[in-house]
Amino acid sequence: MAAKRAERLVNLVIALLSTRQYVTAARIRATVPGYEADDGTDRADEAFKRMFERDKAELREMGVPLETGRTSVFDTEDGYRIARADYELPEIHLTGEEAAAVGLALRLWESAQLAGAAQSALVKLRAAGVDVDSARSLPIKPRLDRGEAAFEPCYAAARDRRRLQFDYQRPDEDTAVRRDVQPWGVVAWRGRWYLVGQDLDRRAPRVFRLSRVVGTPKAVGPAGAFEPPADLDLTAVVAGQQGQGEEHLVVVRARPGTAVGLRRHATSLGPADDDSGQVEDRLQLRTTEPWALADQIAAHGADVVVEAPTSMRDAVVARLTRLAALEVPA
Amino acid sequence: MTAGGTTDRMTRLLALVPYLTARPEGVPLAEAARDFGVPERQLQRDLELLWMCGLPGYGPGDLIDVAFEGDRVRVTFSAGMVRPLRLTTDEAVALVVALRTLLELPGLAERDAVSRALAKVSAATGDAAARMAPLAVSVEAREETLALARRALQEGRAVHLHYYVPARDERTERTVDPMQLLYVDGRWYLEAWCRRAEGVRLFRLDRVDEATVLDEPAAAPPQATSRSIDDGLYQPGPDTPAVRLRLARAARWVADYYPTEDVTPVDDPPGGLAVTVRTADLAWARRLVALLGGNAVVEEPAEIGAQVAAEARAALARYGVVPGDAG
Repeated sequence: MAAKRAERLVNLVIALLSTRQYVTAARIRATVPGYEADDGTDRADEAFKRMFERDKAELREMGVPLETGRTSVFDTEDGYRIARADYELPEIHLTGEEAAAVGLALRLWESAQLAGAAQSALVKLRAAGVDVDSARSLPIKPRLDRGEAAFEPCYAAARDRRRLQFDYQRPDEDTAVRRDVQPWGVVAWRGRWYLVGQDLDRRAPRVFRLSRVVGTPKAVGPAGAFEPPADLDLTAVVAGQQGQGEEHLVVVRARPGTAVGLRRHATSLGPADDDSGQVEDRLQLRTTEPWALADQIAAHGADVVVEAPTSMRDAVVARLTRLAALEVPA
Repeated sequence: MTAGGTTDRMTRLLALVPYLTARPEGVPLAEAARDFGVPERQLQRDLELLWMCGLPGYGPGDLIDVAFEGDRVRVTFSAGMVRPLRLTTDEAVALVVALRTLLELPGLAERDAVSRALAKVSAATGDAAARMAPLAVSVEAREETLALARRALQEGRAVHLHYYVPARDERTERTVDPMQLLYVDGRWYLEAWCRRAEGVRLFRLDRVDEATVLDEPAAAPPQATSRSIDDGLYQPGPDTPAVRLRLARAARWVADYYPTEDVTPVDDPPGGLAVTVRTADLAWARRLVALLGGNAVVEEPAEIGAQVAAEARAALARYGVVPGDAG
């Protein structure tokens, strides 16, 4: 930013903080240094207006609570002021331990989406007299996906409670489908970003993976257009969607010393003989995702055979049949 | 979101005088620069700018005044800038969500301090958006091993691991010297010097079956350096063998999940994708193809497809099925 503009903005903040009266634009122009002087020409008036509009927008963007109003009924135009109580960060006293926790926590955003906001929060806390040590680092790097283009618009729409429209392509579909949602929030879960919200066409809550959003999501309509459910737990919505489904019991026979991975989560049912008199281990497996388990069993090849249920046996045989065809040139 | 130079500098300019006001004894310039995350020269320029600012009237008694005493800087007139600007929604969200995430970590010694900090920060932000944050970060730490690994790191001790290696479907035992814990792409890893492999290895905690903290101190050799995870965990070089796969629609997630190159849509199978995956471990590639249950065709190297198919025929024989038979 040009030093002149920065200087003007700081002076404007100080001037408006130092008064309880509403100060008119004309008065600001006359007192705060750096504004186009009033030489009676329309050109100068126009230049001032543009400059002042830009400055107000900048301050509001930063979160400066710029009020407009009139000090007395005799005032003929609106003026501006900044109420100190609304401007200032309330008192916050953190013990050394608590300040250390804050420093540590903010490292979460290191090179992640909210890095800029985390840094400016840190600056403000320090300016409030809190000595936050951000150099201390636990050997923990909870790195989050970066470069997720849809993050920013989705997060901003959820923050501002604005309706959001985007094209969404599931991996099992050929084309993207337009979705229209009330975005409740964005969640990092198992290393991926998800959007949780009310799907307005399907009239139900839905979870969207940000990496499947095609193009740039578009916020439509006014801010504050809806309220998410009061008892909303964003992470639980995403996690709940993944772990659904009833539990299936599967019994397999595995050759000794094989299927180490399957055995890690299996209950042993004791030994059994296979057709040729070789001893095998009978294992009971539990799963809420039978098709994923069928994939795993098929990948173990001849080392693991399904005993029951028949549906699992058929699923594995179907996979093996397709795999057996792999070497045949297409 | 506060990003970019303009707002950053304004945030700093509005915070600098309150920062000095809160430290009436003065602050070394270098320390102040560090606290604001800028070079000393930049902070100097900021102070020079603030010197020109003050209360309307802008006479000698109205302007912000800063005194240098040795290397220390002190504010002598604040022009009413005594407190920083309150937090924006994004700043409040960054703070609150980070503290909440920290609370999820198991075995966290500072848990009480984190809870208290969260309560105080929430009170000071007083922002509805922070209370019902439009953002959550889950670091799901279900693994018991995580607390154990943290303890080993804090006490600087070696660990004995029983570790499952899926690519070879085997359970291994090794003694490692822990270096750090990483949470990458949704999983926890222990980065450690592996005495058996004589190299730095990453151990995915959900694959650790047993772990014991040993009495002996961790002693990673000097050549054990942490890898950068900025570009992801797997950074195959151009010399790493390429495996070219044609993925059916049901297997397109592979392109999302693993680092892939030359991703091209194909018509056969319909809605499919051709991708290249680089791996030095062909056993891993064989397992991936087998796991995909026929939803991936191997274009090269051809022997992977042949090996997977031979194994599948042997398995079918155990079910009494001859491939090629109808039904």
